[in-house]
Amino acid sequence: MAKAPIASVMKQKTQVPWLYLLPAIIVMTIFILYPMLNTVSLSFGNANGTASAATTCREGQPCWGVFENYRYALTNELNTATVETTWESFWVSSYGNMIKWLLVMVTGTVGIGLIFAVLVDRIKREALAKSIIFMPMAISFVGAGVIWKFVYNYGTSQVQTGILNAIITGLGFKPVSWLTQSPLNTFMLIVVGIWMWTGFCMTLLSSAIKSIPEEIIEASRIDGATNFEIFTKIQVPIIAPTIVVVITTMVINVLKLFDIVYVMTGGNYGTNVIATRMYTEMYTNAHYGRGTAIAVILVLFIIPFIVMNIRRFTKQEAMR
Amino acid sequence: MTTAALSKPISKTKKHREPSKIGTTIGIVLILILWLVPTVGLLVTSFRPVALINTTGWWTALDVDNGPASAQHPDPNASYAEKLGTRFTIDNYVDALTGYRGTGTYRAACASGTKPLGMNCNISDLLNPRGMGRAFVNSIIVTIPSTILPILIALFAAYAFAWMDFKGRYAIFAVLVGLQVVPIQMTLVPVLRMFAGMGINGTFPAVWLFHTGFGLPYAIYMLRNSMSTLPKDLFESAYLDGANHWQVFNRIVLPLTTPAIASLAIFQFLWVWNDLLVSLVFLGGQRPVMTYQISNMVSSLGAGWHLLTAAAFLSMLLPMIVFFALQKYFVRGMMAGAVKG
Repeated sequence: MAKAPIASVMKQKTQVPWLYLLPAIIVMTIFILYPMLNTVSLSFGNANGTASAATTCREGQPCWGVFENYRYALTNELNTATVETTWESFWVSSYGNMIKWLLVMVTGTVGIGLIFAVLVDRIKREALAKSIIFMPMAISFVGAGVIWKFVYNYGTSQVQTGILNAIITGLGFKPVSWLTQSPLNTFMLIVVGIWMWTGFCMTLLSSAIKSIPEEIIEASRIDGATNFEIFTKIQVPIIAPTIVVVITTMVINVLKLFDIVYVMTGGNYGTNVIATRMYTEMYTNAHYGRGTAIAVILVLFIIPFIVMNIRRFTKQEAMR
Repeated sequence: MTTAALSKPISKTKKHREPSKIGTTIGIVLILILWLVPTVGLLVTSFRPVALINTTGWWTALDVDNGPASAQHPDPNASYAEKLGTRFTIDNYVDALTGYRGTGTYRAACASGTKPLGMNCNISDLLNPRGMGRAFVNSIIVTIPSTILPILIALFAAYAFAWMDFKGRYAIFAVLVGLQVVPIQMTLVPVLRMFAGMGINGTFPAVWLFHTGFGLPYAIYMLRNSMSTLPKDLFESAYLDGANHWQVFNRIVLPLTTPAIASLAIFQFLWVWNDLLVSLVFLGGQRPVMTYQISNMVSSLGAGWHLLTAAAFLSMLLPMIVFFALQKYFVRGMMAGAVKG
């Protein structure tokens, strides 16, 4: 790794840097490093961390010994009676839902963000349009949850006060209970996520598009390229690295997602994701072992991205 | 000069060859409407009387004759403006702020002379523990130290990473880059147990400490990146003039890093303000913040839309102001910190 040289006149006694670093290192050790290690060890323990998870095994029941909490975390949501029920139950389990979230929310935010970034580049009042899309980033998931719960509101009487059902009934269809019908409800929650995070993707992608030299676009236009060709054959390939960064950021965000589901459905009706399930195990069921095992599984999904983040950083440093 | 002269005719041809400009504009306007409608619905609803919220859609708010008989203007021949006046109210906000949960409204109940349960019908009701007024104060108490503390600690560490030479400088910093992505769930249980041992669960210092710890990796990362872009000559000449690290940090680096500190402060402020999970775990109902209060109302009140919409809008007020007033810093901070927690 290339080291940014520090001028010799700035050399200091060896203990000085540590004085500057000490408060940060102490706080991070207590609140991040130690808890992380502790979480891993708790995940091999029983409900309150007093004995090994192996002691919770019951005669005649499947058990993974010290990995018992992991067995619970990975398989409890599944109905393994037949292959078919396993498959079906997987798709409404927290892991199946996670896959839906990843696929739909990441494509949605990046796709709409990209299209909007390209289109908005061509109109007047670009800044205003962008800030409207970005605005949901400023508010809490809880606030967004309330906003959208109202959009999805399902009236039992004749009058629909939720705009979505009002439109549906206006078109002559029956109103739908958007948030209780599985698997539809998970997709309705994903819409909220897309609404919140598209602005983020759009802003990053838009600044990448703006950094493409105008001459390249002009040259291809003179060669007769259409707007669509310019988009697919020039703009997208050039900003591909940014797209990758945006996608990985979104994947990390989706994996950690908690608030939207917690506020809108509480994880009920088959909408659980990993983070809400962990919360249920930890607080509703007061089972530290299972809660932390789910957290460890979550972090295992995220580790590749941690590695990517560090790699990207070292690459950037090397280029400085 | 030359590039400016060149680019003018080119951008003219660009405008000429733009065929689908109207189509583009229409497409964008459609997306914008889609994005705005949910929020507008919430805002309009929060100003409507309960009876109307539950019987008519918010998009009919300007139709002054619909809804149940009880919601109609007493004089059927009243002018449109007069009728419209009775169809909007600030009662929802008053009720949400004071935490009034009765069947009428707080103002009507107090005016009738019988004080609602647990209310005093004076300014002190704003601090009723069930109300959003109190939750607003709690949110402020949580947010301000949770913003200042991590930035303060991070400034020193960032300076060391940017401009000091020591063993393990890059290795430690690389670990820090990785720590940014660690999910908050990974640290909750042990910290909760630790705080339980210290007896500070449910108190403000618990959240301050947690947010400080969790905010540090990103804060250090961002400040260090900003500090290391300062020109090296600046530092060299300062040292040649006999300044030491502390003086350089204090008199040169801090003033020059102010924009980055502003972005970071806004990001951290909003992150803490909008957070639900940490306040849920460490404060719970003992010192409810706004997000907690709202999520609680969602599950316990069910269809109390008049309170819910007003409460939600109250919680968004500050972020919205910050967003529109300081958009530049906000976007910058948000972009850099997107993977946090």
